[in-house]
Amino acid sequence: MGASTRLPAWVKALEATFLAVAICFSLGASSPTSRIDTLSHRLMCQCGCAQLLGECDHVGCPDRDKELAELTAGIASSLTDQQIFDTFVAKYGATVLAAPTTHGFDLVAWIAPFAVFGAALLLTILLIRRWGGLGGKSRAEFTEPAFVDPAERERIERIRRETSIDTGSSGGY
Amino acid sequence: MAAFGSFCLLIALALAAYNLLAGALALRLIATGQPARISPERLADTARRAGIAGFWAVTGAAFALVYSVFTNDFSITYILDHSNRALPIPYKFAALWSGQEGSLLLWAWLLGTYGFILRLLHKTDVKLYAYAGSILAGIQVFFLLVLNFAAPPFALLKGAVPPDGNGLNPLLQYPEMVIHPPMLYLGYVGFSVPFAFALGALMMRYPGEKWIRITRAWTMVTWMFLTCGIFLGMHWAYAVLGWGGYWGWDPVENASFMPWLTGTAFLHSVMMQERKGMMKSWNVWLIFSTFLLTMLGTTLTRGGLVSSVHAFAQSSIGTWFVVFMGIVLAICIFTYVLQRGHLKTEHHLESLVSRESSFLFNNLVLLTACFVILWGTLFPIISEYVQGTKVTVGAPFYNRVAIPIGLFLLFLTGVGPLLPWRATSFKAIKRNFVLPVIALWATVIVCLAVGVKPWQNGAIDTGSFYALVSFAVAAAVLTAIGSEFLRGASVISRQTGRNLLAATWLLTRRNTRRYGGYLVHIGVVVVVIGLAGSAFNRSVESEMALHDRIQIGPYTLVQVGATQDSNDNYNSEYTMLDVYKGGKRLFQMTPEKRFYLASGQPQTMVAIHSVPEWDLYVVYEGTNPDTAQPIIKAFLNPLVGWIWLGLVVMVVGTLIALVPSLTPATASLRVPAAQPVTEAVLKGGD
Repeated sequence: MGASTRLPAWVKALEATFLAVAICFSLGASSPTSRIDTLSHRLMCQCGCAQLLGECDHVGCPDRDKELAELTAGIASSLTDQQIFDTFVAKYGATVLAAPTTHGFDLVAWIAPFAVFGAALLLTILLIRRWGGLGGKSRAEFTEPAFVDPAERERIERIRRETSIDTGSSGGY
Repeated sequence: MAAFGSFCLLIALALAAYNLLAGALALRLIATGQPARISPERLADTARRAGIAGFWAVTGAAFALVYSVFTNDFSITYILDHSNRALPIPYKFAALWSGQEGSLLLWAWLLGTYGFILRLLHKTDVKLYAYAGSILAGIQVFFLLVLNFAAPPFALLKGAVPPDGNGLNPLLQYPEMVIHPPMLYLGYVGFSVPFAFALGALMMRYPGEKWIRITRAWTMVTWMFLTCGIFLGMHWAYAVLGWGGYWGWDPVENASFMPWLTGTAFLHSVMMQERKGMMKSWNVWLIFSTFLLTMLGTTLTRGGLVSSVHAFAQSSIGTWFVVFMGIVLAICIFTYVLQRGHLKTEHHLESLVSRESSFLFNNLVLLTACFVILWGTLFPIISEYVQGTKVTVGAPFYNRVAIPIGLFLLFLTGVGPLLPWRATSFKAIKRNFVLPVIALWATVIVCLAVGVKPWQNGAIDTGSFYALVSFAVAAAVLTAIGSEFLRGASVISRQTGRNLLAATWLLTRRNTRRYGGYLVHIGVVVVVIGLAGSAFNRSVESEMALHDRIQIGPYTLVQVGATQDSNDNYNSEYTMLDVYKGGKRLFQMTPEKRFYLASGQPQTMVAIHSVPEWDLYVVYEGTNPDTAQPIIKAFLNPLVGWIWLGLVVMVVGTLIALVPSLTPATASLRVPAAQPVTEAVLKGGD
């Protein structure tokens, strides 16, 4: 292995960084989490407080303790998350879930934001690329065809002159 | 006083209607040049004066309502429902906006105030101001119609007048509630002004960069008020609702956030129009949308379309708002179609990697965030319509969808200022981005080393993962902005011999808008750091007998007693908790539960001890009816204080950006060629 195969210093530094990150990630892999805490934050309290089950803070709430007991029983019975949610939906209705499910029409709730963002992003990139192809025409080149009427152009220039506000600032960043 | 208030509202409606009709007629006569019996300029001036008189009429109505609250005039239904004799004085003011009729009156009064100021400043450009004034009068006519015919605040009680009122909702009896709603309304209503200027400018084919320049201060102040209103609302929710959080993605919260997002997008994209003559149509539609979103929020919550824990008043006025929004939208579309030729761009973007495109992407992300929130707010209604089943769209949805978008926005906050206008080279990118990238990875390593674990039991822990990304990107953005300050300050320091701190101050004063804007970005980053802390919230709940103790984080809470108190307004119960750390007693906390006498409703008063690392947040939830022991819930919420600190930085940044920049003496002095240039001139003045 000669010098020709030697990696540049910055690539080595990058490798070392990734290695450090990977080690740190693996160090944290053994900590346990509370399943009841996680699931209670995906269900709604049914007392009408519009709070997550895990966050309902009403003393004497008629539903919180009952729901938490059902959740604990479900976990003790080795039910999967989905089975627990199905049980709750069967008993309380779909509004007991704190977020739409990922099947049927509910899936639209999850897809639409990313679809809109993706489409808008794509459109923006395509527009910029198309404009870039025009070579960044000057203000005059674009302005002239827009104001074919010289009287209109004169009117706008007059407003610009007459109002005392300076627009030549390098405002913003 | 009820008759006086009602009369004031009627007069105000007549004056606003005159302002609208006479103003529109005068502008029409001026535009067409038709001969008329009265000079159009005089007619326009009478319209303007009617607008000013209308402000005083609405002020009279607002005064009448406040006076009625203070004199306990329970013959007025609104006062009976929202006040009582023992209500403390600051909350008597709060009664003005605690119900629907009062808050609509506040809206109309603020709109009148904005219009009053605008009409006094009309000499800046008489014709443009006449257009804007007439449009504001149109909006005012709507609110006064609602106040006179759909939600009258001075409606009288039928039958015998009770000796005392029903009291103010206990949730509203908190100091923030005296300033949070007015701030929010100042923000909502304030967006009417740039909207009126944008629509007016489009109607009269006014140069785009001019109306933007004229309304810049209005827009920034409005944005600042809305920002303060939202954050004060968060603090109120945190301190009063007692659930340990500050943002629950409730429809009312969402309603305030949506116009903030589009307003923020507008503040950024107008810079493109000012500098490059670009995005004219976009800007016009951004401000149209922002105005419509301020209306939509009220429509959704007050109209009862969606339920909210914050909607303190609901009625049938939603229909009025829907009709008004439809009319406004139709006028906007009609005007845009008619005048769109005036909005042709003067430049186009040249490169994907440039300052201009970063503005565009920033707008894209802000609008996507707005769409996500609108979509989430409306999806329960859509779902019910499509599949006949209502679903809940709560925090888990928004956390999963909105947080990645927010992080991308944070990333752009750092990237944008580092990119030059027009286009950039790979070399320039490398030069500008080395330090932020180093800061990003260093933060990742430090966070992992101190125990931020995005991986739990082989699965990704989204909360910790997002927190890690937030801290890392925040570090990168702070480094990017810091290096911008440093670069500019170093040049000034070299030129003038000032130290770096003085040079930074001078740099900021020379371009207040740019560096004030950077400061706002720093504030946003500080807020994000505070929000990321919520991933590590801890809580413990326990019944506590005397001398019982609970442990949370480094603190030990010991129950040392309970007491009761009462006044004319409420009875209260306290639990006293001594707080120890490392065996040393630090302080005592007294979480409280109040029982308001007039309304018969209980209310929690949370005890909060805030330090930069975290908030110790203790709730007295009441007593267990079986054991009669107090139930205490304690939270340890990391970095919450940073959120409020971030708001302060954002406000300071906005205020700096509002101050005119210092013109360097070197630029304004004309020195004859033969005369030597003095050192003082070279140094620039401050």
